[in-house]
Parts: sequence; C-alpha cells; structure tokens
Amino acid sequence: MQDLSVALSTAVALIFDWDSDLREIVTLSLQVSLTAVFIAALIGLPVGAAVGLLHFRGRRLVIAAMNALMGLPPVVVGLLVYLLVSNSGPLGELQLLFSPAAMVIAQCVLVTPIIAALTRQTVEDLNEEYAEYLRSLGAKPLQRVVTLLWDGRFSLLTAVLAGFGRAIAEVGAVIIVGGNINHVTRVMTTSITLETSKGNLSLALALGLILICLSLLANLAVIGVRDVAQRRYG
Amino acid sequence: MKNNKLIRLAGYMILALSLAPSAGAEQRPYITLASTTSTENSGLFEHLLPAFSTDHGIDVRVVAVGTGAALELGRRCDVDVLLVHAKAAEEQFVAEGYGSWRRDVMYNDFLIVGPRTDPAGVGRIGSATAALGAIAEHKAAFLSRGDDSGTHKKEQALWRAAGIDPGHESGTWYREAGSGMGATLNTASAMAAYTLADRGTWLSFTNRGPLTELLAGDPALFNQYGLVPVNPLHCPGVKHELVSVFGDWLLSERGQTLIGSYRLNGEPLFHPNP
Repeated sequence: MQDLSVALSTAVALIFDWDSDLREIVTLSLQVSLTAVFIAALIGLPVGAAVGLLHFRGRRLVIAAMNALMGLPPVVVGLLVYLLVSNSGPLGELQLLFSPAAMVIAQCVLVTPIIAALTRQTVEDLNEEYAEYLRSLGAKPLQRVVTLLWDGRFSLLTAVLAGFGRAIAEVGAVIIVGGNINHVTRVMTTSITLETSKGNLSLALALGLILICLSLLANLAVIGVRDVAQRRYG
Repeated sequence: MKNNKLIRLAGYMILALSLAPSAGAEQRPYITLASTTSTENSGLFEHLLPAFSTDHGIDVRVVAVGTGAALELGRRCDVDVLLVHAKAAEEQFVAEGYGSWRRDVMYNDFLIVGPRTDPAGVGRIGSATAALGAIAEHKAAFLSRGDDSGTHKKEQALWRAAGIDPGHESGTWYREAGSGMGATLNTASAMAAYTLADRGTWLSFTNRGPLTELLAGDPALFNQYGLVPVNPLHCPGVKHELVSVFGDWLLSERGQTLIGSYRLNGEPLFHPNP
C-alpha cells in the first residue's frame, strides 16, 4: 500500500510540475491516438454501417471476422506493421519506421475493427426500427447508411470512445514500430514500460495514473459535447 | 444542416491537434542507434548523447532492444549503427557483410545477484562457473533473461563452461523470463531468484527487494561493448557519413572521457576502452 501512496503523490507532483518531458509524451500520446481513432472512424463507421444494412454473400463470415479482429493482439499488429514499414519491407521507401506515423498506422489497424464491429451492431438494431419507414421513402442503400449513422451518432460515440480507449492504452504495437525513442516516439505507455524496467515502480504507476486521468478527461469532453449537442438540437 | 456544427468543430479540433506540431518540428540530421536495454536502463545515453548533439548538430535516436534483436534490426537496414555487447555475434555480423567494422567502445562487468539468504552459498565462491554449479546443485531458483540478448549469451556461455545444460530444468528451478534486464531483475526480486545482471543496469536499478550483489570480479564476467556501423554496401540507405562522425566522436578522447565520467552514487558504470 505504501507503493500506491508514493505513486499517488508522485503523480500529483508530476502534474503540478508539468515539465517539458511529460508535456511532450502526453502530447504525443494524444496526437497519435486521436489521429489513429479519427482515421479508424472514417473507415470503421461507414464499413460497419454498410455491413449492418446490406445483404450479401458471406455476410455472417464478415461479421464474425470483424468481431474476432476486435481481439487482435497489439504485439502481432506491431509486428505486421513493422514488417511492412521496415526498410527491407514493401513500404520501406516511405521511411516510416520509428516515426509517429508508423504508430498511427498500427493503432489504426487495432482500432478500426472495434469501431466497425460496434457500428455494425448499432446500425443493425436501428435499422430494425426504421426499415419500414426508410423503405416507404424509397431510400437508396447509401442514403440509408448515412441516415442511420446520423441517427445513431450518440450511440456511435461510445464505439469511437472504445476505440480511443484501446489506442491510448496499448503498448505492444507502438513499442515495436515506434521504438520508444526519447523525444521522438516515446508515449505514455512506452514510458511506463521503460520506468518499470528501470525498477522505478512508483514513477511508472504515477504515469499510469496520469494516463487514466487523460482517458477520463477525453471521455468527459466527449460526453460534454454530446450533452450540449443533444440539448440544443435534440 | 446546422446541427452538425458542433461535431464538425470537434472534428477540426482533433485534426488540428494532430497535425500542428509535426508541421512545426524542425528536422535536424539524425542517426538511429540500436542498443541494448542494459545501456538504456543505465541512463548512460542521457549523459552522453546531448554532448554529441551539441558538438556536431546531429541527433542520435536510440532504440533499445536485446543484442539479438539489435543485430536483426541492422540486418534489415532499419538502423544506422549498433552499440551492443556480444563480441562473437558482432564479429560474425561484420564477417557476413552486414556491418562495416567493429570497435571496442567501453566495458564493465557482469555480476551474479541473488537473495541475501543465499541458499547456494554463491557469496563464498569466487568463480562464476563454480557458482552456477552450486546453484544447480542446490536447485536454487535462477532466472535467465531467455531473450537472446548479450547478457543471455554470456549466461549460456557460463553454463557451458560449467558443464551444465540448464535447459532440461527449464520451468523448475531454472526459469526463463524472456524479458529485458530491468524486467528480469523485477521478476528475480519478486521470486528471490539468482540472476546474471550487467553492472550498469544493476547500479541504476531501484527495486532490488531481497536481491544483493553476491559475486563479481571473475575475469569470465567481463562485459565488452562494441560499436558496429551497418554496412552501406548491404544497406545503401544507411547514413554512413553521419555514423562515422558519431563513431569518431565516441572513440575520441572527449567521448571516452564522458563515458568514464558517468557515475551513479559515486560508482562508475562503464569504463572507456584505452
């Protein structure tokens, strides 16, 4: 228990100090994960909605695959992306290895199936309510996808937040493709790993507490935006 | 539609946040150095590399992995230069054409750490191989790195010299952590096991718990670090000109003096090579 109280006071001291190193890794963590989630949402929301609405051969298989990919191990994704962007890999010429861009790609791969799978479920449920109505309007598939995505926007925020939670918390992928390089690719989770391996357990735990606070703040911000939007525009 | 303004605004904010700093970041020339977890965990690079950057305006980006993984990064042309500690593997790396050359940079030593209770009596033995023999005889818990790192290679060589194959005992008293030096020390500390550690990591490691230094000073525990630039003939994209600036600096009097002056609690962690 003593470790925990030391960690707590270290965390508070770190937050009040807010030195440039901490600012740097917090900023980079948010940049990488928010960008990854943004891109993953651009892909995952329409794909999930399309799979939820359309009927096609092998649909069940696609749904099963999407659900299974929610459990992708980060370290495997890290390895795959590493082999892609390594200088002797197919994308080697782009010089992405050990850069934040490679970390964004890896997190994007991790998060897209989560957003797509949860969107699929939400949109499918909504479609059961609205199917008659949309059919009576003679809506085309694309219009139905857009309408239902818009209608389910508040539930879909939860899907996006789940994706963000996954991205900001994972370490297995970013440590392989980013390399945990100080001032370049060091983020919260890789710092925690590093401090743990130095035996600085309370500092590691303190960083973990800050990470949880960050995640909490991000969620509160989204809930705030949602409430304001709901109140104003219903 | 008016009602998506807020959400659109939130989207723009996220986009701006994610793009802003990458646009403003200045691009200084840099090289990528693959090194071992032991050097990273020791804190040496934070002492050494800022001085090099000030002298030459070149940044050094350090990726810390085990020696085996570092050599693989070099083979795949993913880094420009290696600073690792497995001399035989490094020389083979150069002989196979992946590395340009290999130079001794610095050294320290390995030590056997273990619980203060010392059930195998390692503290009363002077020779590392005899100590491993005593550990095996008592079936006392021994934690191996098990990750093909330089320290792991050294440990395997010591077992061979002792005429013991602990692989058969894996999972009983001989346990393979498959982790970096720091993580292995954390585990050894929690299970009060013996382990082989490099002095740099050990001196900077704070979570010792029941562990203490039991055996050091045997010449067999010598730990040599070598610098190996990745060969531009094998990897045309490698920044060999910047690497040779770095190599010259590291082996110069200034680089060597800085290595020797890095101390923790008054103890030097690495000794420059004369």
